[in-house]
Amino acid sequence: MVATVTTAPPHTTQVLSFGSPMPNGAGPQPVVHLDVDPFAMDFFADPHPTHQVLREAGPVVYLDKWNVYAVARYAEVHAVLNDPATFCSSRGVGLSDFAKEKPWRPPSLILEADPPAHTRTRAVLNKVLSPAVMKQLRAGFAAAADAKVDELLERGSFDAIADLAEAYPLSVFPDAVGLQQEGRENLLPYAGLVFNAFGPPNKLRQDAIERSAPHQAYVQSQCQRENLAPGGFGACIHARVDTGDITADEAPLLVRSLLSAGLDTTVNGIGAAVYCLARYPQEFARLRSDLSLARNAFEEAVRYESPVQTFFRTTTRDVEISGCRVGEGEKVLMFLAAANRDPRRWVDPQRYDVTRKTSGHVGFGSGIHMCVGQLVARLEGEVMLSALARKVAAIEITGEVKRRYNNTLRGLESLPVSFTPA
Amino acid sequence: MPSITFIHHDDRAETVSANDGDSAMYTALLHGIDGITGECGGGAVCATCHVYVDGNWLGKVGAVGADEDELLEGVASERLPNSRLSCQIRITEALNGLVLRLPERQV
Repeated sequence: MVATVTTAPPHTTQVLSFGSPMPNGAGPQPVVHLDVDPFAMDFFADPHPTHQVLREAGPVVYLDKWNVYAVARYAEVHAVLNDPATFCSSRGVGLSDFAKEKPWRPPSLILEADPPAHTRTRAVLNKVLSPAVMKQLRAGFAAAADAKVDELLERGSFDAIADLAEAYPLSVFPDAVGLQQEGRENLLPYAGLVFNAFGPPNKLRQDAIERSAPHQAYVQSQCQRENLAPGGFGACIHARVDTGDITADEAPLLVRSLLSAGLDTTVNGIGAAVYCLARYPQEFARLRSDLSLARNAFEEAVRYESPVQTFFRTTTRDVEISGCRVGEGEKVLMFLAAANRDPRRWVDPQRYDVTRKTSGHVGFGSGIHMCVGQLVARLEGEVMLSALARKVAAIEITGEVKRRYNNTLRGLESLPVSFTPA
Repeated sequence: MPSITFIHHDDRAETVSANDGDSAMYTALLHGIDGITGECGGGAVCATCHVYVDGNWLGKVGAVGADEDELLEGVASERLPNSRLSCQIRITEALNGLVLRLPERQV
């Protein structure tokens, strides 16, 4: 046995304070106002330079365009995510403040809820999507990933978004939930709508809501107990009505959470991973030489591209964030993607590195609201990257890469590629 | 400052110092201990911070919670009577010298 002794852990500084003067006796720090619209098309086209501006302007900034405070550094984003009593979700996790505006749909019982209500519904979804359940799903999900990659190798050239990043989750997730065959074409538009609706009242949001009626009708119907196949996630949620954990009225809304956030997110996560492996062939080569890196290569793609770019919270009391005063009832926008590339937290953050120690990234959030479906996402991502690493020697981008625009999600519309077989 | 010794599957030992009040998982991640993945960052969701508590310490680390018990059913390596999730072990001075063995795999 070889013993090594390392030094003391790094000092973590306190980010949040309440009502008391700063330890050094200084007053509140001024909050820099920025003329930045992080929901504009030119921002979406390349957000990274603006993320840097947001990070470097101060620990907290104010965006005049939408009248919100914002945090873009890792420490502040992490602190806000981990103090749900001060930064609540029940007033909405988009720009719209549910205390002042009627929500566009009945609020989520888990995403848009605070403890203690959130604690009960979260426990139900945790159990439905637990590590033990993932063990049962693994073989089937892996076989489907292998079959998909085999099919794409036959074709040679294809669109890695429609034919891979969308097609693979669509081949496993709706069945895992227990959805009916008909109507599945509503799933991606509904999810796109949900994530656009977190944004401000811009054209993306207005258009999505205007077109939403058929998608909402589908989802509402599909969430009912009689429309969910036995054994799936949906039926497992409804079974919790029988054990008294939730009411019959709550079950369909919890199934809705899976349909809202369980598909488009993994589509963009897998799309991000394939885009990374196509752009950084050395990293694909490292993955191919060590298949055990598949899961981390997916995780690193989630950090690097941050498929979910932003979420909001609302303050329940006056708070100082790194010395910047924010009053009660204010919306605070968290730039998850900027935190995931904050050089204060990450070495060489602009580099996609399949061996990076990714734990602590906020691509799935952090704290009590951290993505409840993260294990499903990682399972899909891992088995797909493992299949690619085993079967594909090279991924080449063969045409114009087109971005898809959404107020919250970052991903591609089209990624034409060709596969060379291993 | 309490110290914790992590013993890897290949018997390599690493002794690190912990902040009072941190979890054993968080301490491992701060020190870059391979063998603790901690995918969910301590949210008690993922079961990738599995450890086997050394017999001498089993009575001192507290009881397995109901949620943790369910998560332990999903660990990648064998669950043993001394299996715990290290995110649920809160480090105090009373745990100074704690020995945790790491499983072969976390995923």
